[in-house]
Amino acid sequence: MSNRITKEQVEHVASLAKLELSEKQLPYFTDQLSNIMGLFESFEEVDTSDIEPTFNVTDQINTMREDVADNWNEKESLLQNAPDVADDLIRTPTIIDESED
Amino acid sequence: MNFETTIGLEVHVELKTNSKIFSPSPVEYGDEPNKNTNVIDWGYPGVLPTTNKGVVKSGIMAALALHAEIERHPHFDRKNYFYPDNPKAYQITQHDTPDAHDGWIEIEVDGKKKKIGIEEMHIEEDAGKNTHGNKFSYVDLNRQGTPLIEIVSKPDIASPDEAYAYLEALRQRLLFTGISDVKMEEGSMRVDVNISIRPYGQKEFGTKVELKNLNSFNYVRKGLAYEEKRQQQVLMSGGKIQQETRRFDETNGTTILMRVKEGADDYRYFPEPDLPSLNISDDWINEIHDELPEMPASRRDRYINKLGLTDYDAMVITQTKQMSDFYDKMIELGADPKMASNYLQVNVNEYLNSKQVDLDDTEITPENLTTMIKLISDGTISSKMAKKVFKAITEGKEPKQFVHDNGMVQLSDPKELQPIIDQILSDNPQSIEDFHNGKDRAIGFLVGQIMKQTRGKANPQVVNKLLMQSINK
Repeated sequence: MSNRITKEQVEHVASLAKLELSEKQLPYFTDQLSNIMGLFESFEEVDTSDIEPTFNVTDQINTMREDVADNWNEKESLLQNAPDVADDLIRTPTIIDESED
Repeated sequence: MNFETTIGLEVHVELKTNSKIFSPSPVEYGDEPNKNTNVIDWGYPGVLPTTNKGVVKSGIMAALALHAEIERHPHFDRKNYFYPDNPKAYQITQHDTPDAHDGWIEIEVDGKKKKIGIEEMHIEEDAGKNTHGNKFSYVDLNRQGTPLIEIVSKPDIASPDEAYAYLEALRQRLLFTGISDVKMEEGSMRVDVNISIRPYGQKEFGTKVELKNLNSFNYVRKGLAYEEKRQQQVLMSGGKIQQETRRFDETNGTTILMRVKEGADDYRYFPEPDLPSLNISDDWINEIHDELPEMPASRRDRYINKLGLTDYDAMVITQTKQMSDFYDKMIELGADPKMASNYLQVNVNEYLNSKQVDLDDTEITPENLTTMIKLISDGTISSKMAKKVFKAITEGKEPKQFVHDNGMVQLSDPKELQPIIDQILSDNPQSIEDFHNGKDRAIGFLVGQIMKQTRGKANPQVVNKLLMQSINK
């Protein structure tokens, strides 16, 4: 049952999500994720070869906003929610790597 | 062993829209930290992003300017990553369906023209800006959510000089669309490059090395030239190139290893569920096409073939859209093409450089500069007087009025000039004799006397003509 997904895969996904799983939690989540994968596998029984992929479940197409600026002045709430602040900037531990775009 | 070089460029261009790509927060460069950011930008629970129509339009405009095929049914995707410059922990981008693909631009290196292909271009959001201090880093989210276009070249660029020419051509075309300031020094244009080399005849590309910290076109060229040589030396001495990211060191022009790539990045892309798909119609594309300003190459062609400018003049005038639009307006107002080009290139550029301002921020207009040029063309003022008139223009004065108020009108009427010339001749019989004895310098002296008498207002051409007639009588 639980061979749809390996412990290594769960560990990898956890590390991408910045989660640390204990020895006990790892098999528990591996089983749970395997069950979820199993549910999705059942979808594969349906033949979808003639069906256009769905990217969106609303009927809205081309719902866009005009390019008008509106400042909601939410700096204070942003900074209140930041763990650490200095001179209106969010202060973080040193970031070594350069950002990806 | 001889090698061939393959260079790939990824160019990020910040769009100068009024608001951000998915929220109404203002897009402003240089504001106080964290002023222009809201809950949508941070991806707080319950918020819903909406697509900025101006961004989609800019994307179509860029696609048209770069001869690319426009995607008719684009959607957005989430790219997941954790980084302090983006509190949402994902970037909204276009992974499956880039905005446009298969474009090209033409470059010229050493007189040889070449088409460089564009693989794809997509719209996405920018991250915040990090600054680094002692023990801490600092995050400003004003830039986060600013619209970007990323433009990815095909592996057609074969030398650092071609890379430079590609960037220059790309910058110019985008500048003329008006969708971005494309300024590297302000970060509205950013360049990531990769380079690989392979022995001639080898089919597969060599291992790619990425370069970072290239903050000017010149550094791109220098960094690539250094890296090309470094890779050749590694392969010649039997070594292997590893897939890595290197940092360009501005002080000594070398590249330094930053990190080695281990395995592919794992961004777990998936279609963005909060944003509706788009349907780009022919009508909309045609409408945008009609609004697209004329591109620099076509303007240069017109300047050279219709207005008789040199290649060099045409190149200088098309450096910026502002200058080229200004020039076109002057021609429309009836300025002499060659004179207009000279005054823009010399006097106007000199003035802009000395004041460190943009053309739009000065008192100089196509109207007042054309008026001045017409005053020169019809002989009302000399080009020497024009220097004073130009200065007056920069101070906001109307040229005709200024010329009139300062009595600067050039004396060109023979009826007025002849009596003065006669007077000077009768006062200087020695000079006439000298002239008849073959001393041409005597003429210079006489002209000088006439100019002195008229306080510099006499039209030199008319004076010369009348003087020669009188002295040879």
